[in-house]
Amino acid sequence: MDQTSDTSRRDFLKKCVMGTAVLRTAKLPLLGMAGQESTPGKSKVVIANDAQLRGAKTTVDSSRIASLLDRAMQSLFDLDDPIEPWKKLVRAGQRVGVKVNALGGRGLSSNVQLVEAICERLQEAGIRGNDTVIWDRDTEELERAGFHVATAGNRVQCFGSDRLGYEERLATYGSVGSRLSKILTQRSDVLINVPVLKDHDGAGVTIALKNMYGVIHNPNKYHPNGCNPYIADVNMLPEIRSKMRLTICDATTASYEGGPGYKPQYSWKNDGLIISQDPVALDYIGWQIIERKRAEKGLKTLEGVGRSPAYIATAADAGHRLGMNDPRRIATVEV
Amino acid sequence: MLSGAALSLGDLGQDLVAVPLSAFPQKLDDSRFTVEARFYQKIENKRIKCKLCPRECTVGDRERGYCGVRENRGGTYYTLVHSRLCAAHVDPIEKKPFFHYLPGTMAFSLATAGCNVNCKFCQNWDISQVRPEQVPANYAPPRSVADLARQYHCPTIAYTYSEPVVFSEYLMDAADAGHEAGIRSVVVSNGYMQADALKAAYGKMDAVKIDLKAFSESYYRDVVVGELKPVLNALVTLRKMGKWTEIVYLVVPTLNDSDAEFRGLVRWIKTNLGVDVPVHFAQFHPEYLLKNLPITPVPTLERAKAIADAEGLHYVYIGNVPGHPAENTYCPKCRRMLVERVGLTARQMLIRKNACPFCQQPIPGVWHA
Ligand code: SF4
Repeated sequence: MDQTSDTSRRDFLKKCVMGTAVLRTAKLPLLGMAGQESTPGKSKVVIANDAQLRGAKTTVDSSRIASLLDRAMQSLFDLDDPIEPWKKLVRAGQRVGVKVNALGGRGLSSNVQLVEAICERLQEAGIRGNDTVIWDRDTEELERAGFHVATAGNRVQCFGSDRLGYEERLATYGSVGSRLSKILTQRSDVLINVPVLKDHDGAGVTIALKNMYGVIHNPNKYHPNGCNPYIADVNMLPEIRSKMRLTICDATTASYEGGPGYKPQYSWKNDGLIISQDPVALDYIGWQIIERKRAEKGLKTLEGVGRSPAYIATAADAGHRLGMNDPRRIATVEV
Repeated sequence: MLSGAALSLGDLGQDLVAVPLSAFPQKLDDSRFTVEARFYQKIENKRIKCKLCPRECTVGDRERGYCGVRENRGGTYYTLVHSRLCAAHVDPIEKKPFFHYLPGTMAFSLATAGCNVNCKFCQNWDISQVRPEQVPANYAPPRSVADLARQYHCPTIAYTYSEPVVFSEYLMDAADAGHEAGIRSVVVSNGYMQADALKAAYGKMDAVKIDLKAFSESYYRDVVVGELKPVLNALVTLRKMGKWTEIVYLVVPTLNDSDAEFRGLVRWIKTNLGVDVPVHFAQFHPEYLLKNLPITPVPTLERAKAIADAEGLHYVYIGNVPGHPAENTYCPKCRRMLVERVGLTARQMLIRKNACPFCQQPIPGVWHA
C-alpha cells in the first residue's frame, strides 16, 4: 500500500480481499529514543505526537498516522524496524482481535486510519487478513464510527459482538459475572486494545481498562460506584487477561469533559497515540493528560467533581496486579 | 428455570415471526419495539434522569441505564422492550406464586429482557441480566397478548420471570388491552420502583406479588444490588392502593435466614400491612452467581414459618417444597384446610363466598372469577 497517498479504507480492504495488498514497510528513523530505553521494574508508556497529523485537513492523514504508530511501537520495543515489534506480539497463524471503541460515532471513536495501519502491520508480521477482526459491541455502531463491515472473504474482518453473540457460560471474577463475546473467545488468540482517550461521567476516565466493558454482555450492570471495582474485575477475567498483548490508545481526538459521548465543545485535537503493554500505567498517564487539559480549561480536577478514577488503583492493588499506577514505576517516553 | 407449558415463540400468532438464529443473525428492526419511556426527566447536555426506579440512572446520549433496556437517543429516553417478548408460558397461577388469587387457574405469563437489580441467585438470569438484543424476541403488541391469553383459556396475564418494572410501559398497555377483553393482569415484581411509577403502572394490575428478598439493607446492597427501603415503601403504597398483594421471601442459607431477621420481617409486615397478607417462605436452589450455597434445608423454612405464625400472621406458606403441608391454606380461626395444593396444583378449593365454609371466617383474597 502506498502510504504517501491517501489510500482509502475501501481500497485497503479490497486489496486484502484480492490478496494483493503490497505493504511497504519502510524503516523509519527512531525519534527521541536516545537514553530512553525501558527501565527494569518499570512499565513503559510511550506518548507519540505529530503536530502535522492532519496536514491542512481536519481528518487524520493515513500515512502520517501509520508513521506515528511505527515510531511509537519502535520506541516501546526498542527496535528500529517497524515490523519487528509486531512479531513480538503475534506469530503467523494466530487470530487477532483488534478491540476498538466505536461508541463516540465519527467524532470520538477509534480512528479508522489508525486501525487500518495496525491491521497492515499485523499482516506484515504474518497474520492473514481474515484472521484479524476489528470489533466492538455493535456492528451498527462500528459503521457509524466509519468502519466498513466485512464478515466474509480473505479480507480483514470487521463486525460487532451482536453478530456472533456471547458465550453461554458465565465468566466470573470478584464482583463480576458476565458472558464473553464470542469474538474474543472463538475468534481471537491475541487481543489488541485500541481505546480512545476520554472523560467518563461515571468512571472518571475511560481509556484502556474500561474498554473491556465492550467484551462482556452486561456492561450496564457495572457502572455503580464509579465502575469500581468492576473495571478491574472485568480485566481479570482469564480470557481477557491471558489474550491481552498491547494497548494502542487513540489520542488523536480526546475529551476532557462530558464523556463518554462525543461533545465537540469538550473535545480537543491532541494528535497523538499512547501505547503500552501495561493498561494500568497507560490509564494512569492518560488520566494525567486529561487532568492537565481540564486545568487548562479552568475545570476542577476529577476528584474535585467527585469522579476520580479510583478503579485505576484497584486494578493495581494486590488483588488484581494488572499493572502499575505508581508514577515512580512508570517510564514515560515521549516521541 | 421457567416451567409450565412453554410456548414456542413461533406459536404466538401469525404476525409474530420467530427470530432466525444463525451464526451471523441479522440485526432485528428495533423500531417497532422502541417507544418513548413514560417516567423520565430531560436534563442538560442531552442527558436524562430515569424516574422509573429508585436507581434514578442519569443517562447520556446513546447510553443505557443499569437495566440495559432503556436508551437515550438524542435526549429522549426510550424503552427498547415494548412488545418485545422473550418468554411466554401458560403457567398455573400458583407458580407465581399467587395462593389467594383465582386458585386453580392458568396465567398467560410473559417477560421481556432486563432487570433493574442483579440478584446473585437469579433463576432467570439468562433473560433478566441481558440486553434485549441478546435473546430471541418476538413482536407481541398488547392486543395480541390479550388475544393469546384468551386463546389459551387464561383469565389472567402475568408479567413475570424477568423484572416487569423495566417493561412498565408494555405492561400498562397490555393490561389495558387485557381489561378491554375481560382478561385480568397480575405482576410478579421486586417492587424496586418509584412511587409515582408504581401507582401508574401497578395501579393497572389486579394483583401484585412482591419478592421481598431480605430484611436488611446489607443483603440488598451485596446480594441484590438494590435497596430495601424503597421496596418496603412500595408495599405500603400497594396496601394504601388496596391492591391484592402477596409476598415471597427466598430463604438463602447463611445470608438471610436468622431468627432475628425473620422476626424483624414479620413484625414489620404485621405493623405495616396487617396479618392477612400471605407470606411465602421459599426454598433457595443454587443458581447463577450463588452456586456455593446449599439448597435451603426444610427445617429452616419451617423455623421461618413458626416465627411468622407465632407473631400472628394468618397465611404463611412454604414454597418450592412440593407436598409440604404448608402449601395448603388453612382457616386461621377453625384451622380446617380450605385449599389443598400439591406442588403447583390446587387440588381442592373449599372457600365459598370468600369465607371458610366451616366457621364463616372471611378469608381474604380473590377466590372466584
Ligand atoms: S428503570 Fe432502568 S434506567 Fe430507569 S432508573 Fe431503573 S435501572 Fe435505571
